[in-house]
Amino acid sequence: MEPAIVLDNVSFSYTRHPVLDGVTLTVPKGDFAMVVGPNGGGKTTLIKLILGLLAPTSGRVSLFGKSPEAAWNQVGYMPQYTHVDMAFPVSVMDVVLMGRLTQSKRWRYSKNDREAARHALNEVGLLEKQKKPFSSLSGGQRQRVLIARALCSNPSLLLMDEPTANVDPAAEATLFELLSKLNSRMTILVVSHDLGFVSKVVKSVICVNKKVLVHPTSSLDGTLINEIYGGDLRMVRHDHRCSHQGHCINEALTHPTPFMPHPDKP
Amino acid sequence: MIEFFHALFDPNSSFLRLALAAGTLASISFGIMGTYVVTRRIGYLAGAIAHCVFGGIGAALYLKHRWGVTWLDPMAGALISAIVAAVLIGLVSIKAGEREDSIIGALWAVGMASGLIFIDLTPGYFELSSYLFGDILLISHQDVLMVAGLDLVIILLAVVFHPTFLSICFDEEFATLRGINTSFFYILLLVMTAVTVVLLVRLVGVIMVIAMLTLPAAAASTLSRRLSVIMILATGFALFFNWSGLALSYTLDLSAGPVIISVAGLVYLGLLTLSRVLPNR
Repeated sequence: MEPAIVLDNVSFSYTRHPVLDGVTLTVPKGDFAMVVGPNGGGKTTLIKLILGLLAPTSGRVSLFGKSPEAAWNQVGYMPQYTHVDMAFPVSVMDVVLMGRLTQSKRWRYSKNDREAARHALNEVGLLEKQKKPFSSLSGGQRQRVLIARALCSNPSLLLMDEPTANVDPAAEATLFELLSKLNSRMTILVVSHDLGFVSKVVKSVICVNKKVLVHPTSSLDGTLINEIYGGDLRMVRHDHRCSHQGHCINEALTHPTPFMPHPDKP
Repeated sequence: MIEFFHALFDPNSSFLRLALAAGTLASISFGIMGTYVVTRRIGYLAGAIAHCVFGGIGAALYLKHRWGVTWLDPMAGALISAIVAAVLIGLVSIKAGEREDSIIGALWAVGMASGLIFIDLTPGYFELSSYLFGDILLISHQDVLMVAGLDLVIILLAVVFHPTFLSICFDEEFATLRGINTSFFYILLLVMTAVTVVLLVRLVGVIMVIAMLTLPAAAASTLSRRLSVIMILATGFALFFNWSGLALSYTLDLSAGPVIISVAGLVYLGLLTLSRVLPNR
């Protein structure tokens, strides 16, 4: 089966110093992967490379066996909370409809598009807010609108950058529930600071700090977290379990785990 | 004020009707494009474009009077330079990254300076202030026709590409991922803004035209949180500012441009204060 995401020896640098160095990574179809790592470790860069918004300095990225650009119609993306102007005068429906925009539909949205948008809003539980101004919603609701926008093109891969930032614990629980439901029909990749996210729903963890390591959730423990973040970190243990096939997606990198220095430390 | 209405129907003061016609037609473009400029927060870029227009006016006067390029009207020069400046500034804004504001600032000043140099080089005397601050006596039948034509083009493009413009203003990155050529549409948006700026240059001048672009939309956005409603309200405000400004300036015997802009500024500041003072807005 064609994997959802393949990165083959990908490096990227904005200046002379590489942000990501020799990243090799495979995310199989149906995976629920979480990207973790310290600030400045290259998480957002990794996402932008996967999306094809940045071109790698060397190496190759492919989604579903194609170039990222060729796979855009199969990808749903939810950007970071701070990326969108929250005061922008636009209705909830109009935001979600942007997910139906394609090169051929620049003029107006069809009945089908509106139906798909309503379906996506219903899925995130916000159908009754469709006519409300986007700026009148709460933080958690806005995140869900942005998820609905990503969903309404029926993606095979859902990428989310920090979906739990600015969301209260109750809304976070609702979000987990939704994502685990969606995972039955699409591959999900989530960037998060929030280690609480490493719950039963996440199948593998991708640790990014200039280099990339992949772990099954079952092997994630305090030692590993310390190596990734290089400092004290309160860690909530979740019940261990044997996860799906392809735990150690990248055998060569998973053991032994090399020490990854924190970028802020000398 | 009564005398203004008398004058409006006086066969000898056709300039007033022409000014009113140009202002009325232009208001629609200003309402639509102003709303994009305000929500996309590119007022600074629009300001730079407006000042580059002065360079185009200067170049056109120079070529016409020094080299006998008779077809080149100052308004044609304004239009050409506005479009060139919009494309240039758009490319800078996309490619320059951190250096964007310095480069835009440089274009802003050089656009203005080149206009003055061209006028210095042109034989004959030109009333600079009529281009800088507007002059209703300069508005010709031909100008009104040009305003009408360009207005139509802008409205058509804005309606046809509304979903695309909305999505690139809201979240350009996401629009890219939907396969939209965001650089092209961003530059198109700037070119449409540039053409809009030219529509009112005769009436309010290159320096104050930017206020007519942003103030109606800014005033409208204190009243609504929907883009389409803001566009309609902004058009209404632009009409009101043009009409009341013209009537006041005629009645008080003042220059039209500054009066229109003052009315616009005061109404916006008033609405802003009200929206802050009144709860639940």
